[in-house]
Amino acid sequence: MFEGILITIATAATPLLIASVGELVVERSGVLNLGVEGMMVMGAVTGFGVALATGSPWLGVLAAIIVGALFSLLFGFLTLTLVTNQVATGLALTLLGLGLSGMLGESFVGQPGVKMDYIYIPVLTDLPLVGKLFFGQDPLFYVSLLLTAGVAYFLFRTRAGLTLRSIGDNHTSAHALGINVIGIRYLAVMFGGACAGLAGAYLSLVYTPQWIENMTAGRGWIALALVVFASWRPWRVLAGAYLFGAVSIGQLHAQALGIGVPSQLLSSLPYLATIVVLVLISRNRRLTMVNTPASLGRPFVPDR
Amino acid sequence: MKKTILSLAAAAAVMSFGTMAAEAKVKACWVYVGPIGDFGYSYQHHQGLLQAKEKFGDELETAYLESVPEGADAERAIERFARSGCNIIFATSFGFMDPTNKVAGKFPDVKFEHATGYKREHPNVATYNSKFHEGRYVQGVIAAKESKAGVAGYIASFPIPEVVMGINAFMLGAQSVNPDFKVKVVWANTWFDAGKEADAAKALIDQGVDIITQHTDSTAPMQVATERGIKAFGQASDMIKFGPTTQLTSIVDDWGPYYIERIQEVVDGTWKQSDIWGGMKEGHVVMAAYANMSDEAKKLAEETEAKIKSGAFNPFTGPVTKQDGTEWLKAGEVAEDGVLLGMNFYVKGVDDKLPQ
Amino acid sequence: MRIELVKRPERSQLFAAFSPFIALGLTLIAGAIMFTVLGKDPVEALYYYFIDPLREVWSLHELAVKAAPLILIAVGLSICFLSNNWNIGAEGQFIMGAIAGSILPVMFPEFQSWIVLPLMLLMGIAGGAAYGAIPAYLKVRFNTNEILTSLMLVYVAQLFLDWMVRGPWRNPEGMNFPETRTFSPSAVLPEIWSASGRANWGFVFAIVAAVALWFMLSRTLRGFEVQVLGQSPRAGKFAGFSQSRMVFFAFLVAGGLAGLAGISEVSGAIGQLRPTISPGYGFAAIIVAFLGRLNPLGIIAAGLVLALSYLGGEAAQISIGVSDKVVRAFQGMLLFFVLACDTLILYRVRFVGSSAAKTVEATQNV
Repeated sequence: MFEGILITIATAATPLLIASVGELVVERSGVLNLGVEGMMVMGAVTGFGVALATGSPWLGVLAAIIVGALFSLLFGFLTLTLVTNQVATGLALTLLGLGLSGMLGESFVGQPGVKMDYIYIPVLTDLPLVGKLFFGQDPLFYVSLLLTAGVAYFLFRTRAGLTLRSIGDNHTSAHALGINVIGIRYLAVMFGGACAGLAGAYLSLVYTPQWIENMTAGRGWIALALVVFASWRPWRVLAGAYLFGAVSIGQLHAQALGIGVPSQLLSSLPYLATIVVLVLISRNRRLTMVNTPASLGRPFVPDR
Repeated sequence: MKKTILSLAAAAAVMSFGTMAAEAKVKACWVYVGPIGDFGYSYQHHQGLLQAKEKFGDELETAYLESVPEGADAERAIERFARSGCNIIFATSFGFMDPTNKVAGKFPDVKFEHATGYKREHPNVATYNSKFHEGRYVQGVIAAKESKAGVAGYIASFPIPEVVMGINAFMLGAQSVNPDFKVKVVWANTWFDAGKEADAAKALIDQGVDIITQHTDSTAPMQVATERGIKAFGQASDMIKFGPTTQLTSIVDDWGPYYIERIQEVVDGTWKQSDIWGGMKEGHVVMAAYANMSDEAKKLAEETEAKIKSGAFNPFTGPVTKQDGTEWLKAGEVAEDGVLLGMNFYVKGVDDKLPQ
Repeated sequence: MRIELVKRPERSQLFAAFSPFIALGLTLIAGAIMFTVLGKDPVEALYYYFIDPLREVWSLHELAVKAAPLILIAVGLSICFLSNNWNIGAEGQFIMGAIAGSILPVMFPEFQSWIVLPLMLLMGIAGGAAYGAIPAYLKVRFNTNEILTSLMLVYVAQLFLDWMVRGPWRNPEGMNFPETRTFSPSAVLPEIWSASGRANWGFVFAIVAAVALWFMLSRTLRGFEVQVLGQSPRAGKFAGFSQSRMVFFAFLVAGGLAGLAGISEVSGAIGQLRPTISPGYGFAAIIVAFLGRLNPLGIIAAGLVLALSYLGGEAAQISIGVSDKVVRAFQGMLLFFVLACDTLILYRVRFVGSSAAKTVEATQNV
């Protein structure tokens, strides 16, 4: 039972983690893309559709990543090239994504999807207590962990990561140093879109292998919250995603145990917990100041 | 000047589009609360529309609005239909009750049908609903037969009388087989969030239930049950495609017969205000094929269904004790519809507390 | 080829006036393409979207009903956004305003007097403002990001309303359905001109609020403070403006107006509290605020345009079977075009050939 609960939490946390890590890179480059929900739902519908047509969940995942990245280009073009307001553009992207995905997915409704198989490694997966948890989950679970590690390494251990962060901290001086601010931001935005697309595919291929309109159900917003919650540090995003997953699953267990607390209160716990942790983290001004990309959301037009 | 251009454009538009569906004798219109792509509640109502369309062919013109929010928008949607020449309007969500009655007062020649409500303030308003709890009683019987753990998990949406009624009917059905049967209830606080419903199913399974039933709309719990190798009941539509080895049966909301009947009455000019609460007998509640269960359970399920269908048996027949131990129905006493429609208490054995 | 922006020496008056029309034109073209792809006659579809809802008086009333909360919330948000306070939790403030404003008609239904309605409106404003003060306080005191706290509080407010109408405030005569008792006539916001439709005084509030805030922003010191602190917090500091006070001011104004919108909607258009009282007005208002370029007068127009797109979407759904998802995609497109065209006000767009771009790149990398 304990292992089952942990796996359930991991499944709930994985899409949040993937989308958050992508958005973290975007925000570290100084761009705030509030369109995660829209990109995610586009990924979900594409992943489902392609997997259904080809029978291969992996092709679905690939397509979702590509569509997520392409869809984010729309945001990139407006905010980076045309310097529109990032908050408004992100919201528009979400709106467009929810509408478009509904249109594209109309014929997928009521069709069982293709489910990605769980990993099976002889002996290891069969280990008692922890076998399934560590060696028997869906492949994307492992991808999400690798992604987190990769982003953490990239941002803090590589020159390119340093460049990206320097753009987020001060795009004017980065530009003065000859860094192609807009080009790198484009790449970051597309990476974020690709991750959101992947997270969406996780929903429609692993979490609940089916297509339903608006199936992201607000998870894109939670992913956004997690980035700030984690004060823009990849491993803290992981902790946040799992904490959020644990609270969401925990409240369901509390209900199943029949403890008699209003379910609305239990349902609001994940949100209240997020606020409390946000407050605790941001109280330490010095710490957040160090990590917050100073140029976040600010428009940038290179002088020529 | 601007006005003239506008009215010219309008006139031209009316001329070109106004003649499109001149032959249809009757226009029937539906207002849905969710997207028709939910594969649940609104989807089933839309299936009813399609059935009516097939039945009447060119004689019937149909229109629908999906995802109409309860609140200020509902009144506009209904009024728009009333103004656009609909002869009969089906408002398919409880939250449309007051707007339906309000608009009905303004359009006495249009018939209004409100699903799941109780207000009929004008002679041109009828209400209708289905006795889903009859199906849930049968499910309870099957659950108690098939469960080894003796405990089932119930994923519920919101504590409204209909859902509470369903939980109680399920419990009574199960207790008729196994008096010690237990039901664990989880309120998902949503009609429709596949992820959350899946999580709820997993939580219930991890707490030891080996049968899942749901009063939320997505097929996610069915898929989870399949994955974990336990059995489950479908909801609103036949979900066998999502759990070929999992679905025991499903309560299918078949609104088609009612819609066809009422539209026919409009055609014939015999439509009257009524309050129809149809169940298995009227064909409004249909059980999907019994599958993935022992022959013994199947036989008992079929017998129970037949008993309810014939009208010989009401699931809410005494003796029934409330959760707090007080007596609700004496032996042989049958619950009044009025009490059921406002049901706000559990029967004995449900492992949950109702929010009061 | 690439696109370069060259900052104009000053705002282009020409494009400031014309960019909304260019955007509308582009939306119409893109919409026509979309409808053609969907196999619908584009002229017919666009007719139903933009003209049909304006043909009848009752429909104009409906337009006002739909636009009122959007405008009320959006003008409040414009103060937030102009002063760099990213309040995206207006939906929650709307709900809390509606709950606070409903205390009298729900808990004291026998108290019926002319004073009930003004008190309800004031309590609605107070409720919304108080809920808006939470993210403001957290931002000022703990430096907590207001985008997220305000958003999280939306979910909490929705669940709180859900609990209220199912639990303590459930209608005793409502067959245990989730709703409060219906408001007595003295608690219902009257219709402006009830002979022809149901537009209520909420629309008047919206217009008054928009004009008042326009005056405040463009003619008063406080308005100047909003703009300065928004554009350059440092400059604002030197001018002696308090950043913290501004955070509270912006959130209280926005929350109060959202609260007023909430209680007006509940009292005027719905008549009772229900589990859902808003189809996402608080979020749609963010779009309205930007469509109106954060100018209260522009927001009036933007609110009407967005409301029109909802009504038009319904008309198109009924008459030619365009699905409601198209409405949302369409709104997203409209917003994209408006945002993109507004770029022209501040910048000149220059298309640079690819070889030229390379030279630019090369010189940059030296």
